[in-house]
Amino acid sequence: MQDLANIFIKSIFIDNMVFAYFLGMCSYLAVSKTVKTSIGLGLAVVFVLGITVPVNYLLENYILKEGALVWLGDSFKEVDLSFLSFILFIAVIASMVQLVEMIVEKFSPGLYSSLGIFLPLIAVNCAILGASLFMQERDYSTIVEATVFGLGSGVGWFLAIVGIAAIREKIRYSNVPPALRGLGITFIITGLMGIAFMSFMGIQLEDSKKTVTTEVVVSFDNNKTEIN
Amino acid sequence: MKLFRNILNTAKPHFIEGGKLEKMFPAFDAFETFLFVPDHTTNSGSHIRDAIDLKRTMMMVIIALLPALLFGMWNIGNNHFIANEESVSFMETFLYGAIKMLPSILVSYIVGLSVEFAFAIFRGHQVNEGYLVTGLLIPMIMPISTPLWMLAISVIFAVVIGKEVFGGTGMNILNPALTARAFAFFAYPAHLSGDKIWIADQPVNGTVTDVFPDGYSGATPLADYYSLSVEKGKLASAVIQEKSEKTITAINEKIEVIESRIPELSESFFGFISGSCSETSTFAILIGLIILVVTGVGSWRTIVAVFFGGYFMGLLFNLWGATDFMTLPAYEHLILGGFAFGAVFMATDPVTASQTNKGKIIVGSLIGIFAVLIRVFNPAYPEGMMLAILLMNVFAPLVDHYIVESNIKRRLKRVKS
Repeated sequence: MQDLANIFIKSIFIDNMVFAYFLGMCSYLAVSKTVKTSIGLGLAVVFVLGITVPVNYLLENYILKEGALVWLGDSFKEVDLSFLSFILFIAVIASMVQLVEMIVEKFSPGLYSSLGIFLPLIAVNCAILGASLFMQERDYSTIVEATVFGLGSGVGWFLAIVGIAAIREKIRYSNVPPALRGLGITFIITGLMGIAFMSFMGIQLEDSKKTVTTEVVVSFDNNKTEIN
Repeated sequence: MKLFRNILNTAKPHFIEGGKLEKMFPAFDAFETFLFVPDHTTNSGSHIRDAIDLKRTMMMVIIALLPALLFGMWNIGNNHFIANEESVSFMETFLYGAIKMLPSILVSYIVGLSVEFAFAIFRGHQVNEGYLVTGLLIPMIMPISTPLWMLAISVIFAVVIGKEVFGGTGMNILNPALTARAFAFFAYPAHLSGDKIWIADQPVNGTVTDVFPDGYSGATPLADYYSLSVEKGKLASAVIQEKSEKTITAINEKIEVIESRIPELSESFFGFISGSCSETSTFAILIGLIILVVTGVGSWRTIVAVFFGGYFMGLLFNLWGATDFMTLPAYEHLILGGFAFGAVFMATDPVTASQTNKGKIIVGSLIGIFAVLIRVFNPAYPEGMMLAILLMNVFAPLVDHYIVESNIKRRLKRVKS
């Protein structure tokens, strides 16, 4: 239980998708004009992340990883399909986004029209593919952990977009230099928010996977020396 | 006074519309309103809620800052002379600190104000006097050993990126003084954290422990508490792993050294400890608090909420008590480090704090909670106040937005029924 809480908090604050990795910036910048639409998009992203990450987790562990196909029989032990991971992940994400789009269109036409092109574009939102790839890299041990990670990343992204939307509503009355109006000032605000979020960097939650991370670092170093 | 008036009167025709130096009017206006109560009130800025000129408000804050500043100067001298094992008179101590402190204040004002004036003239808005406070706050929250060029760069960053790109005073989203400190903190971490930065002109030969008198170190009490908790954790794991007796006694000795230099409660309350220039004395800050609250310049809601939030979180950690740092009494959290200073002078910033009364209470208590949380959980920052305030500055507009929305909803209901 504590592990799950750690993963959740870590993915919201410490590994925040926007402020730590700068992922999903395009829709973050474009749809953050009002709080209302940003909440809609944020919820959509939370939903998509909460579904795609566990689905991709299953794909990764039962189809893609080396030896994952062993359930088909011993002759599949050597099969490594991980080169297919990008295309499969994207396919899962795209279909989920279609689903969300239909739901939003049916139940909230107003939100559907205000999100415009950015709703289908969640499919190429790098935060979503990013979360799946992080899931692959960090090797979560159960599907519950992967789900919690997906939801946490979504909530972190949600907080970021809602926060900046409120700020952008506030500074609408500010006398921003003409050259910076619009996206320019939004980038600067994002940077300043990033400084504020630095307060969480370096927090060490008790990590049961400490050994795993050190191994990753070591192997990375080896690669580097080989390349050199 | 008459002399100034006469000078201004003769200069004025050049600056008003049609004069030779028309473009420089903001600069002239800044001087005039600084010296005399103007016949107009401040008319721009999102935080104006009153019919007085903003300069009068800001002067009140500066008066409230003075006790902390004067004490800070004396404390700089005091720390310096203790570190060098010299004993000198009260006046000498104070003068030493004042001489150390004045260049920082001057640099901060000169650099910051020239940037402000340049922007005001270029963009044609009033020079707003927010900088009078910011410019004094920045040197007060920096360690005394910060090089002046570093101070100047942080000031420029804070004024340009933190304030002027949003359109000047009253439009910014992060507190400019804290932006300056956060910038310096992340850009030059070696100069803004650690044990050796809090004392002016330390003896340089040898390591600190060699030269310093017994039981004295440059580390701030919070850093001490943190390393104490680390050492105790090491001790526990050493005992479990059955390390040799030598390592265990070595750790024990370290713990004793740290424990011996942790200050008494009264010492830390009155501020005879190391830290940034003016944050150490909770007593001097309380005087400022009274001035701010009585004159209505600072919001008592924010201040009370911050202290309450910090105290509450401290109590929670006391109950949890997993590490040694968590058992630090909750009231010590409020006294040590920049907590009191941040609560009184930073969190109450009228521009960046929440604008609604309910929001002030929510944002304030979250500042207190996050400050203690970061202190306890984040080994990289033994001091969490700065980042907690910045974080809540970011989310204050969101809190406001929801409070306004709920007000609108409630009133709509009332209209309908």
